[in-house]
Amino acid sequence: MSTTASGLAQIGKSVVIKGELSGSEDLYVDGQVDGSIALKGHSLTVGPNGQVKGSVDSKAVVVQGKLDGNIQASDRVDLRKSATVTGDIAAQRISIEEGAYLKGKVDIQRTDAK
Amino acid sequence: MSSVSQTFMKLFRGSSGPDSVPAQSPQKLTRRSSGLGELSRTWESSENLCILDLGSTSPTNIRHFTGRGHRIYSEDLLTASTDPELATKDEQGAAILDSRKFLADNLVYPAAHFDAILCWNLPDYLDESLVKPVVGRLWSVLKPGGMLLAFFHTRDAGPDSPCHRFHIVGADTLEMQKIELRRDARRSSNSSAASDGFQLQRVFNNRHIENLFRDFASIKFFLARDNVREVLVVR
Repeated sequence: MSTTASGLAQIGKSVVIKGELSGSEDLYVDGQVDGSIALKGHSLTVGPNGQVKGSVDSKAVVVQGKLDGNIQASDRVDLRKSATVTGDIAAQRISIEEGAYLKGKVDIQRTDAK
Repeated sequence: MSSVSQTFMKLFRGSSGPDSVPAQSPQKLTRRSSGLGELSRTWESSENLCILDLGSTSPTNIRHFTGRGHRIYSEDLLTASTDPELATKDEQGAAILDSRKFLADNLVYPAAHFDAILCWNLPDYLDESLVKPVVGRLWSVLKPGGMLLAFFHTRDAGPDSPCHRFHIVGADTLEMQKIELRRDARRSSNSSAASDGFQLQRVFNNRHIENLFRDFASIKFFLARDNVREVLVVR
């Protein structure tokens, strides 16, 4: 795993990680992660080559690759046109590009529902 | 002036034919849907409904329902039916799809979970071996009193009728877009969907449709001008 100058942690496309991931910085996954990812208050980006099998809990989630698992985002979820997501999504905001594939539930959680 | 004449022509054509002028892009057509109009009264007047969309993932539909405070489930059954692992043979050796495996991997929800199901044109394009088992599962996951909307081609539609996906753009207005298989669609190369879309598998007549939904409490037909029969059934 490497970190860019901007402080973004990266998992390259040849990297395979099995197990839970947690952290307190933004993460870019272009490799394979078999396990849950928890980044409270930070964002996760699954790159075009990225494959994640496990639940995701973070502030923002951007998916360009494949994600099998539920997504819980305290802010927003962004599925790009190349995204393939199998799992339920719970977020305050969601954006889905034309061409993205989703199998699962979309639940928009309102901020005023406290 | 042209917009006035277009509006006049829309009125003249009535409420259910496809507009000849593409909306936004050449591949998209808009059409009025009486069945959708009736169904939409439910989600316009209720809160926190649970809706299942069985068409291709539609950002427009997801936005439509989440914006109204409903929960939407998206499941593309036609694409799921292209899984090559479903291929099997029946007792006579004819090629079929394994409906048990299909239902073990898809439409896995608690009983009586949904208030409405958008089936779109799924039965017309789904493999014969999956149609009845899928409708049976849809009955079980729909709440009593819940509604299901499905579209069926009439005989005049022809075997080369393109398979469309549907986006809800108004209370009774749909945008239709021809389906092109995703790069990762999993059907084997000798299938009917291998080229660039799904083929019409059969044409149901009214009696076939009534038999298909015979376990439901009521069925209502809306005949459109574009060789499509809309069906709204209530469990």
